[in-house]
Amino acid sequence: MSTVKLTVNGKAVAVDVEDRTLLVQLLRDHLNLTGTHVGCDTSQCGACVVHMDGRAVKSCTMLAGQADGASITTIEGIAKGDELHPMQAAFRDNHGLQCGYCTPGMIMSAIDIVQRHGGQLDEATVRHELEGNICRCTGYHNIVKAVLDAAGRMKVAQAAE
Amino acid sequence: MGVEGIGARVVRKEDKRFITGKGRYVDDIKLTGMTHAYFVRSPHAHAKVKGIDSSAALKMPGVVAVLTGKQLVDDKVGNLICGWAITSKDGSPMKMGAWPAMAPETVRFVGQAVAVVIAESKNLARDAAEAVVVDYEELPAVADMQAAIKAGAPQLHPEAPGNQVYDWVIGDESATDAAFAKAANVVKLDVTNNRLAPNAMEPRAAIADYDAAEEHFTLYTTSQNPHVARLVLSAFYNIAPEHKLRVIAPDVGGGFGSKIFIYPEEMVALWASKKVGRPVKWTGDRTEAFLTDAHGRDHITHAEMAFDANNKITGLKVKTYANFGAYMSLFSSSVPTYLYATLLSGQYNIPAIHAEVIGVYTNTTPVDAYRGAGRPEASYLIERLMETAARQLNVDPAQLRRTNFITQFPHQTPVIMAYDTGDFNASLDAAMKAIDYAGFPARKAKAKADGKLRGIGVSCYIEACGIAPSKAVGSLGAGVGLWESAEVRVNPVGTIEILTGSHSHGQGHETTFCQLVADRLGVPISQVSIVHGDTDKVQFGMGTYGSRSAAVGLTAILKAMEKMESKAKKIAAHALEASEADIVIENGEFKVTGTDKAIAFPMVALAAYTAHNLPEGMEPGLKESAFYDPTNFTFPAGAYICELEVDPGTGKTSFVNFVAADDFGRLINPMIVEGQVHGGLVQGIGQALLEHAIYDANGQPVTASFMDYAMPRADDVPSFNLSHTTTLCPGNPLGIKGCGEAGAIGASAAVINAITDAIGKNNLEMPATPDRVWRTIHAA
Repeated sequence: MSTVKLTVNGKAVAVDVEDRTLLVQLLRDHLNLTGTHVGCDTSQCGACVVHMDGRAVKSCTMLAGQADGASITTIEGIAKGDELHPMQAAFRDNHGLQCGYCTPGMIMSAIDIVQRHGGQLDEATVRHELEGNICRCTGYHNIVKAVLDAAGRMKVAQAAE
Repeated sequence: MGVEGIGARVVRKEDKRFITGKGRYVDDIKLTGMTHAYFVRSPHAHAKVKGIDSSAALKMPGVVAVLTGKQLVDDKVGNLICGWAITSKDGSPMKMGAWPAMAPETVRFVGQAVAVVIAESKNLARDAAEAVVVDYEELPAVADMQAAIKAGAPQLHPEAPGNQVYDWVIGDESATDAAFAKAANVVKLDVTNNRLAPNAMEPRAAIADYDAAEEHFTLYTTSQNPHVARLVLSAFYNIAPEHKLRVIAPDVGGGFGSKIFIYPEEMVALWASKKVGRPVKWTGDRTEAFLTDAHGRDHITHAEMAFDANNKITGLKVKTYANFGAYMSLFSSSVPTYLYATLLSGQYNIPAIHAEVIGVYTNTTPVDAYRGAGRPEASYLIERLMETAARQLNVDPAQLRRTNFITQFPHQTPVIMAYDTGDFNASLDAAMKAIDYAGFPARKAKAKADGKLRGIGVSCYIEACGIAPSKAVGSLGAGVGLWESAEVRVNPVGTIEILTGSHSHGQGHETTFCQLVADRLGVPISQVSIVHGDTDKVQFGMGTYGSRSAAVGLTAILKAMEKMESKAKKIAAHALEASEADIVIENGEFKVTGTDKAIAFPMVALAAYTAHNLPEGMEPGLKESAFYDPTNFTFPAGAYICELEVDPGTGKTSFVNFVAADDFGRLINPMIVEGQVHGGLVQGIGQALLEHAIYDANGQPVTASFMDYAMPRADDVPSFNLSHTTTLCPGNPLGIKGCGEAGAIGASAAVINAITDAIGKNNLEMPATPDRVWRTIHAA
């Protein structure tokens, strides 16, 4: 057993876990943050994507201990109160989700994509960048639309800040 | 239609919880005192279980119990059933091998459970499962269908000699033979419909909770049809009588057919929760999904089509081998028979059809319904045949289809189905216009100058949905009726709860079903909630599959609404001192037509519950229910055209354009309908280009993770150009045909027709991987 200290969605936490505990297990089983999902166990599907120190990571593929001292943001931590993150709003407005299972990972990856590309995104780049997130419901059509839409919204939001 | 009524692109009510991480899937649920199950699964495709030594596992930390297949059989838990009886051509019933939820004696596919460890955590259960020693005596295995039916092949079940489940026929053989005898041209084709893994993104899961004092079970499960699960668990598996078993399917992360069936894991979880006296949770991992979720497709077919001198089809002969895997899954028997061969007429006037389907056991994962279920296999076969015929007869593929389209409705096909309505020319026109079919030769020539092989492929599909008229399916062997139920509960403040037996696992019922209510009453959808997925709340239901939720489930809601409205009108007429016949419902008010007298809907509701001033003899309350049984299947149809380029140097396919023109009858929410089509198209394209569940000759699965099984990813597929043509379905009052499966049914033939057009060779099997396409291009 080890104590892992980290910040999750802005809140400092210390959790005693078995050494083999994965970050996703810490989030889901110990902190009850069940918005982060497990879809494949082999780091392929991206349902488990969260942000660690501002970068998208697959939380099923790292040990909780590797997140010691880090700042983690999950799908539960991106809205400001009742105000949705522009990416969440874009997924809803563009019907970028159906069953919702891949959605948290998609949104977390998509935010990272927009941040890394500084809003300079086109369809081909979005499709290439979403390679690590699998959706079985939407055929990606509306997810791609949502990410491009959100890129515009995030640019406007950034300019306003 | 109103901003939230039928036909409006209403943003989904359910989305907020999903985009904020507040969805509630089975694995998100924790019960007090909950234990965790991990299954010990066979590494062999075929073996005798000679013994199981649990002693080491039982001593490991946190282990509560190790339970085996023998204990399960001793406790008289029933074998898994197949719910649709098929009769072979010699009159004999289908031959079912026994399928216990955990194998006491013989395992017949890799992944079949032999024991389960119950422990304090999933990790501890998994550790202990590795310490369970199973003494297997390996037996020869057979995974290939054609090898399985040869003399001397390893035999799976004593009940099924020669590994044959059934040899079933449909149609008029002598009329078909006569048509072929007179044919001007005969086109022949062999096709393989590749085995697929459904891969809903949420792995299957179950939590079982036994209450010893009440002798009552609660099961949380990833189901498309919780009432069917309860029925089967009660009536056949001896878990508990229905009033002592509550089944809850909360948010479910996709199904595509694979979550229709009742699987061994939830049976074992229920049984184990009583054994250990604590709740038991099982959550599958992705490899368990590949090993145990029912696979789809897996047909080998030889077909011949006869034409007269005017290129009119005169006959069709089909012989199909269908792989069932090692056991008959819940609806498996109906898929390659009544869901496949009854659609072999396609969109065409074919006077004589004869089809024979041979069901085969192999040492592989069981095969059952996967999005489209039989209809993709039929559509792929017919549309590959039409393309092959056009090339052989040297006519334009679109024109050959037009020459043979059914244009008069209703149309009785020679294979049971009676198409009620359609306009196949309209959808083909729309698709050809959208893709600029006429301009294709110029685009092909330009691509050639750039060193690329460009091709175009048409696919005109039809499907039978709105499953299904109970009497009709009963006469064909179904063990259940396929109606749907609904209840409309109006609260005293005028808010409305709709209880439905349909189940949403991505389809958006919480929005579309509210749109019907908004349309009829003029109340905002925020005043309406949809209740589904819990057998304690909804009295009964048959669930969601076969594109049935709108055509059948929503019609049941309509019927209940009509009853509720009729009573509400009486109350309004009484309050307004008017005649019931003069009451109209507009914008949330009950009005006396031609006057300014009106009463708001909430006041009518309140009057129903205060009961201070109701018409003489009327019961208080405002709650009505209905069961709706459809009178026919519905027949969504459409035309898909795919334009693509093949790189002759690598064999890689790149999409140029993909257009879909569908006729789904009336659309409730076009945004959601388009989403269904997008997803279906990508599953069809996935089958055509990427996906294949492969076994080696000994029955070892080669594709048991996303590392090996090629799921379509965002950069494998294009954006789509969709349009709709409309003929309203005459079979239900809303005119709905259904849209959930069309994409998966129609897309794969369009892709393969386009690739074979591009490379100028017709012999190409799915999945058309770059390697396979390159070899086909360069084959002698």
